[in-house]
Amino acid sequence: MTLAKIERLDRLVEAGAQARHAESGSLWRQSLRRMKRSPMAISGAIIVALFLLIAILGPWIAPYPATAQTWGDEVFLNRNVFPGPRAENWFGLDHLGRDMFSRMIVGARQTMLVGVVATLIGFAAGAVIGGVAAAAGTFGGRWGERIEAVIMRTVDIALAIPMLLLALSVAALLGPSLSTVMIAVGVAQIPIFARLLRGSMLAQAHSDYVLAAVSLGVRKRRIVLSHIFPNSLGPVIVQATLVLATAIIEAAALSYLGLGNPDPGTPEWGTMLADAQRFLSGAPQLAIYPAVGIIVTALGFTLLGEAMRESLDPRLRRQS
Amino acid sequence: MLRYTVKRLLQLAVALLGLTLLLFAWFKALPGGPENRMLPDNATDQQREALRGALGLDEPIWTQYGEFLSRIVRLDFGSSLSSGRPVATELAERLPATIELSLTAIAIAIGVGIPLGYLAARKRGSWLDLGAVSSSLIGICIPVFFLAAMLKVVFAQNLGWLPTAFRLSPGTAYTEITGLRVLDGILTGEFDVAWDAVLHLVLPAVALASIPLAVITRITRASVLEVVGEDYVRTADAKGLKPAVIRGRHVMKNAMLPVVTVIGLLLGSLFSGAVLTESVFAFGGVGSFVYQATTERDYPALMGFILIIAVFYVVLNLIVDLSYGLLDPRVRVRS
Repeated sequence: MTLAKIERLDRLVEAGAQARHAESGSLWRQSLRRMKRSPMAISGAIIVALFLLIAILGPWIAPYPATAQTWGDEVFLNRNVFPGPRAENWFGLDHLGRDMFSRMIVGARQTMLVGVVATLIGFAAGAVIGGVAAAAGTFGGRWGERIEAVIMRTVDIALAIPMLLLALSVAALLGPSLSTVMIAVGVAQIPIFARLLRGSMLAQAHSDYVLAAVSLGVRKRRIVLSHIFPNSLGPVIVQATLVLATAIIEAAALSYLGLGNPDPGTPEWGTMLADAQRFLSGAPQLAIYPAVGIIVTALGFTLLGEAMRESLDPRLRRQS
Repeated sequence: MLRYTVKRLLQLAVALLGLTLLLFAWFKALPGGPENRMLPDNATDQQREALRGALGLDEPIWTQYGEFLSRIVRLDFGSSLSSGRPVATELAERLPATIELSLTAIAIAIGVGIPLGYLAARKRGSWLDLGAVSSSLIGICIPVFFLAAMLKVVFAQNLGWLPTAFRLSPGTAYTEITGLRVLDGILTGEFDVAWDAVLHLVLPAVALASIPLAVITRITRASVLEVVGEDYVRTADAKGLKPAVIRGRHVMKNAMLPVVTVIGLLLGSLFSGAVLTESVFAFGGVGSFVYQATTERDYPALMGFILIIAVFYVVLNLIVDLSYGLLDPRVRVRS
């Protein structure tokens, strides 16, 4: 369908396979060694690690409860009075008199959940679809090839639908909530993962160790599940890292479109950012904190993913 | 080439048919169903049945799909639930605004992105390169609606340099020809209208251009770097060709292939960004319409939009693939 998109995915797959062939020893260990030398990878890893740390420890390290409207009597919406940063509230107060700093820290967890769950949905469903297609095409005989063709044409159609539209359609079915956002963003990623895993598995299916396993009489299911599949995950994991960044940004956009969490009490960066648009002219800081959070986190995952891709792709490595 | 084109056209038809199936399934699965949306809450079961019959909802499912398909072919998406007017009319009225905005955005992205990417590749490792790479990385990480809103607050509300919303200043007399207001203003000789339209376009177009700009810059840079390392560039250099000729004929021409593909893909996804940008600037295009339709669960409107964008996207991909064949002799040989 989208020839270019497909070619790009296929290139990533090829690159993974080539890197494996070109060098002896563990691919992952070699990639890791290369990544340790790349400033991109290091800064990405630091950002991601910090984000995960805050997300996990959030409720325990936040100075105040995130939902308590402790300073509610100091905020005046109609006069645009929003106390800014001060000694007790480092990031100031939000429109209901809640401590912004605590909300940012506690909100990291929900944001991480949205990104991780959405990515997992796309990954899991995509892995099943792509895996079945590859297995059927390789070992299923003539009928298997037909099944593979049907599956992959369907995936190609889905790949042609812009992500936000797919997300909108899912959200229209399920009504607004945070899980809708996760499912919507996740579903939009399924075709990409399916395509990527299938390509990667097909590349593996032609390798010598699979031939060896076949000639030894290992059962097909076992070859697919414990030989081909684990060895095909490299490019897919890279893609998952990049998708995490997209998922967090797209989730914020869906929240802005009113498809996110209808209860703005629970802090989540995307919901907070969407919610703050109402006070943008009077109190832009309410939007800037969650926006910076989202941008920096997305940047971290993107840097890490790109660095991983580069360390897997010998052609890209030559360039930069 | 002809065989390839025919094959791709057939694939296109199958893809579109598959898409209508998906859309039909989606429409059938919507919660509540249209009869509950169109009747008041206290409607009797008899009324519901009558409406179901009138809408053809009691027919067998394949008859319904056939009906659905024939309506889509006639561009009849039903009436918008919020305005009561036909969805096709609503979309047709708003399409020019979105086209104008998207074209401006992609023009900005191409006009800035390709030179910037090229310069970054030429001066690799310099501050310019570092700036281009890091700003393009940040560019894809900024939520579009946040960027649009911040631009509006800073440049329209606080500094007052540019208008905050709409396509023209309120009360401007305007003659419509194409619906693209800048073009119309020039065509009719109303240059003040054209200039007013340009001013209204700047902020939304810049916001919408952010992601395409970032992507085009990065792809151009990577592509130029790859081509510069090719043997034929070294050969051209060795046989004493002028640097300008090498840059134009050997480097840029070959480096543009992936850029063209990416531009095609970006045009399709621009519509997603337009939904968000237009709603921030009340731009009155398809995007604002869809934003409203989404928040009000106006399903016929959403369906019409999804179908039109999907068709647009699929056709666009076809054009990109075909132009790829025209630009790159290797693709032609392979197919």
